[in-house]
Amino acid sequence: MVAVIALAVGVVLGLVFEPSVPLALQPYLPIAVVAALDAVFGGIRAKLDGIFDDKQFVVSFVSNVLVAALIVFLGDKLGVGGQLSTGVVVVLGVRIFGNVAGIRRRLFRA
Amino acid sequence: MNEHHDTGTGWPDEPAHPEPEAGPATEPPAEPAAAAVRDPEPVRDSEPEAEPAGTDWDVDGTAGEPEPEPAAGNAPAEPAPARSRISTAGAVIGLLLVLLGFAFVIQLRSNSTDEQLSTARPEDLVRILSDLDARKDRLSQEITQLQATQQQLAAGSQGRAAALDAAARRARDLGILAGTLPAQGPGIQFRFVSGTQPLKAALILDAVEELRDAGAEAMEIDGGNGVAVRIVASSWFVDADSGIEVDGHTLSGPWWLTAIGDPPTMQTALNIPGGVVDNVHSAGGTVIVNQPGTVRISALHQTGSPRYAQPAS
Repeated sequence: MVAVIALAVGVVLGLVFEPSVPLALQPYLPIAVVAALDAVFGGIRAKLDGIFDDKQFVVSFVSNVLVAALIVFLGDKLGVGGQLSTGVVVVLGVRIFGNVAGIRRRLFRA
Repeated sequence: MNEHHDTGTGWPDEPAHPEPEAGPATEPPAEPAAAAVRDPEPVRDSEPEAEPAGTDWDVDGTAGEPEPEPAAGNAPAEPAPARSRISTAGAVIGLLLVLLGFAFVIQLRSNSTDEQLSTARPEDLVRILSDLDARKDRLSQEITQLQATQQQLAAGSQGRAAALDAAARRARDLGILAGTLPAQGPGIQFRFVSGTQPLKAALILDAVEELRDAGAEAMEIDGGNGVAVRIVASSWFVDADSGIEVDGHTLSGPWWLTAIGDPPTMQTALNIPGGVVDNVHSAGGTVIVNQPGTVRISALHQTGSPRYAQPAS
């Protein structure tokens, strides 16, 4: 419940302030968002499985975001930023799909 | 190892579901995905096992209970959130989710408003730039071609206009010579007045011939009865009962003969001894010369198409 409210608050803040993304962050923000989404889905699944842990969630959230951004950063420095960010998105997408599959099984027993 | 073990414990009831529902089709994707998914979770599960004694998790999550049942994996998580939801961990989670929502919306907005260029990578920008350069080159080539075409067309239209102009000027010249257009210019007027006997048409014809020799370019004869006839190359003069007949029109005297040309030359031509003026005088008539400066010839000659002559090139 708190999580949903917090998410809604974030969305509202974003809509209200309409900030522009700093130039330096522009390549990393989308990847970071996807990584965070992965962590959130993992958290939801853990919650449904009954093994949710606050610290675990925070650590995985932050590390997901940082690692994803770091990979993209390294990719940019190595000249393969586009390919690496694609790879990160693919991996995170697979994980999100897996998490959603787990949630689905938990919720619908199917 | 832990992961697999945990995965195994985390899934005990699940393998039962995929098998009846879809069998191998769903299982292969599900299991690697599950393995990957477990990344966050295994850490979670492994923590209690690896460090059963320490970490704030223990502080938050009732140090005593989770440790006895770390193998189960589910048990430690349940008491922990229950008490720490209002604590710092819950606040941090809320903050993170606020950030997530915030960043999500920002990204959505910037992605929809920006035209992808500001977020594009340098190599993409270079490619786009080179594409645009190539396109610009093609377009400037096209501009050059079109300008050349336009110049050609303009030159063509200028040439056509010039030809049209020349043709019109030539048509005007020929019209004046053929008597189909009115003309004006420096000229002279002679008035032929009969004496006791009417003047012969041959005298008028002589005068016309003399004027032609003197360079008259357009001539017109006006009769006393108000009939005006343009004198052209084919004009003929015949004596008539009441004066003379020119090109089928009967003109009574006195006659005004108007000619455009060099006035002194024409006057001299008629005044030479034994010339037209002398002949008129000997015939009992008189010639009155009038030099008004600019004369206007407005009588027109009606021409038809030649019946026999064809243009030869």
